[in-house]
Amino acid sequence: MFDSLSDRLTAVFRRFSGRGRLSKEDVEAGLREVRVALLEADVNFRVARAFVDRIRERAVGSEVLESLTPGQQIVTIVNDELVALLGGETRRIRYQPHPPTVVMLIGLQGSGKTTSAAKLALAVRREGHRPLLVATDLQRPAAVQQLEKLGRDNQVPVALPEGSADVPSVARRGVAEAARLNCDVVILDTAGRLQIDDALLEELRRIRQMVEVNETVLVVDAMTGQEAVNVGTAFEREVGIDGVLLTKLDGDARGGAALSMRETIGKPIMYCGTGEKVGDLEPFAPDRMASRILGMGDILTLAERARQHVDEKRAQEVMEKSMSGRLTMEDFLEQLRQLRTMGPVEGILGMLPGGRKLMQQAGSAMPTERDLSRMEAIVLSMTPQERRRPDIIKGSRRKRIAAGSGTNTVEVNKLLKGFDDMQNLMKALGGKPGKGMRGKAKMLRQLRGLDPSSLGLG
Amino acid sequence: MPEEEVVPAAHRSAWWRRMSPRMRRASDSFNEHLRDTVRTGRRVDESFYDELTEALIAADTGVGVAERVVVTLRDVVRNEAIHDTGEAVAALKRVLAQIMAKDRELHISDRPSVVLLVGVNGSGKTTTTGKLAHRLRAEGRTVLVAAADTYRAAAIDQLRVWADRGGAEVVAHQPGGDPGAVVFDAIQAAQARRTDTVLVDTAGRLQTKANLMAELAKMRRVAERLIPEAPQETLLVIEAATGLNALQQARAFHEAMQLTGLVVTKLDGTGRAGTVLAIEEELGVPVKLVGLGEGIDDLNVFDPPAYLDALFNP
Repeated sequence: MFDSLSDRLTAVFRRFSGRGRLSKEDVEAGLREVRVALLEADVNFRVARAFVDRIRERAVGSEVLESLTPGQQIVTIVNDELVALLGGETRRIRYQPHPPTVVMLIGLQGSGKTTSAAKLALAVRREGHRPLLVATDLQRPAAVQQLEKLGRDNQVPVALPEGSADVPSVARRGVAEAARLNCDVVILDTAGRLQIDDALLEELRRIRQMVEVNETVLVVDAMTGQEAVNVGTAFEREVGIDGVLLTKLDGDARGGAALSMRETIGKPIMYCGTGEKVGDLEPFAPDRMASRILGMGDILTLAERARQHVDEKRAQEVMEKSMSGRLTMEDFLEQLRQLRTMGPVEGILGMLPGGRKLMQQAGSAMPTERDLSRMEAIVLSMTPQERRRPDIIKGSRRKRIAAGSGTNTVEVNKLLKGFDDMQNLMKALGGKPGKGMRGKAKMLRQLRGLDPSSLGLG
Repeated sequence: MPEEEVVPAAHRSAWWRRMSPRMRRASDSFNEHLRDTVRTGRRVDESFYDELTEALIAADTGVGVAERVVVTLRDVVRNEAIHDTGEAVAALKRVLAQIMAKDRELHISDRPSVVLLVGVNGSGKTTTTGKLAHRLRAEGRTVLVAAADTYRAAAIDQLRVWADRGGAEVVAHQPGGDPGAVVFDAIQAAQARRTDTVLVDTAGRLQTKANLMAELAKMRRVAERLIPEAPQETLLVIEAATGLNALQQARAFHEAMQLTGLVVTKLDGTGRAGTVLAIEEELGVPVKLVGLGEGIDDLNVFDPPAYLDALFNP
């Protein structure tokens, strides 16, 4: 159902490619596909309509129809327009020259404000500032405890309400506390509220009367549907917001809500939450979101994370080693660990073009975090000699390794077999350069024939 | 257990009297859109069908459902020689009611019956667990709540507050513990105390996290091992404002857990939850309960005609 927009488009226009030209009707058919794909990504129907109108104008007005690759041209236009729509630059928290900078998180119930408050605190700290969390959600049971625990676990100070039930004065005391603790960024975690709840909206305005709030950030669930527009518009009108923080982007939501909000209220998406761990908050990048909505993966973020976590020189060494078939279990272990520092497997795969589809196809054959832990355990139960020369591992060694790692010999065999297959494949990839297309074709065949589970990943 | 808490029939119907005005808020902007589409005296024409399709999409039904339903409507309109748009909308409600013609009872007559509440983060599982405990207690049942969300900070504390309000006992382990073990203990305790119902509040998880979905399936197996018929109900909690991702959620959770029903929360907001039409059509999993507010009483059984009326009545 969630076929990628670009796939659909290219398919539509490919049908006409033989003719070299596109008729107006062909374009209309393609644009209809664009509209449906946007709607399926939860883009608001009005926004989708306006968007398609703009594409039509550009497509018909330019030389697109006469060009040799009209389909590709239109895909490019769609991409450009998406990026333009999502806003050009990344907008982060603007720190005040005179501290404290006060950030207030607002939003519907369950959008993820408390978790995001903690994540934002860590992001702020990574940028060299000293955050203070203030618990002003006195509505939801245990919300204060939740924030307190998140603060304690991550060494971020938390200002607690201490008996007072008046939210604005709790906020004011929090800001005073920041001065005392020498914190220069204050993050207010407010209670969830409906955008039509007048009494609670008034409470937000009262907070701002008591405290100078510099950034009001609306926290929005990436899975929100057509309603996102009304939520955004109402909060902007009633309270006024400076930007949006998008949560739960680590699922398979296309995040059309982001597009709708940007278009209707014109406020930038500042950050997005991309995982369960407190470190999982990233500055929002419009071009990457465009790729996501189009279903083209998010290679850039992946590359960035890889840069953060992977030692390039070392990776090159391992690559060369494996090409010549001299990869050891130790290298394998190191690669495995590096992969894991980059985040959950499904998150990484999801950033590759077509990765989501691959995951759906793989289904239960997808390696889980648990599988990776078991693989790690197996390698760790090998002696140094075995790790360097896995071919010496025979019957009794297998049994010992299985017992040592708490797995069974079947799993050990699977890992060894997978390692072996990988070695052979890498050798084929690296060996005999200059064989040209035939070598490449053979390699591709081998790649295709490779069952993911044979890598010991199943 | 105190038996005076059995709710009189009159009170029960009051739940329903409350749904319409609250759902009305949700449908206000929707109806603004529709008002013009169905204004009196207007005849059914092509643009009427277009507007109706768009109205359904605006309620998050998805393009597929909206188009299929309108195609069916065209047949009905032709066969019944309908001309007035008001009548056509009434016919549309009948078409949608057919999709929603399902059994919506909670099947919890075994003692103990196990009810698993599952869903993505922030959909309202803990709150729903509390409200459901209260509701079942009001019907005269004894209820034990299992705090199987051992992951989210302070989730157990939050559940305790709700369970207190709902008058149910809580079985909890340490934060970070094995949720399967919590389920095991809760069911054993329920068997020993002859409790009627065990409600299991699970941690929120996105349907794409294979390891977390496997953890959920394990909870199910633990329940099954103790009581072959358990869990009698596995309810997916979804939020009214969720878009088409709700269908993805339902597919994934259904595959892993064989859902018996849905709970739609936050229906007192402006979300119209049209995705439930897509879910009921594709998977046949019925909405059983709806959450309509932050009060302990704000959990009602789902009544399709009332929902459709609230959705369409100008």
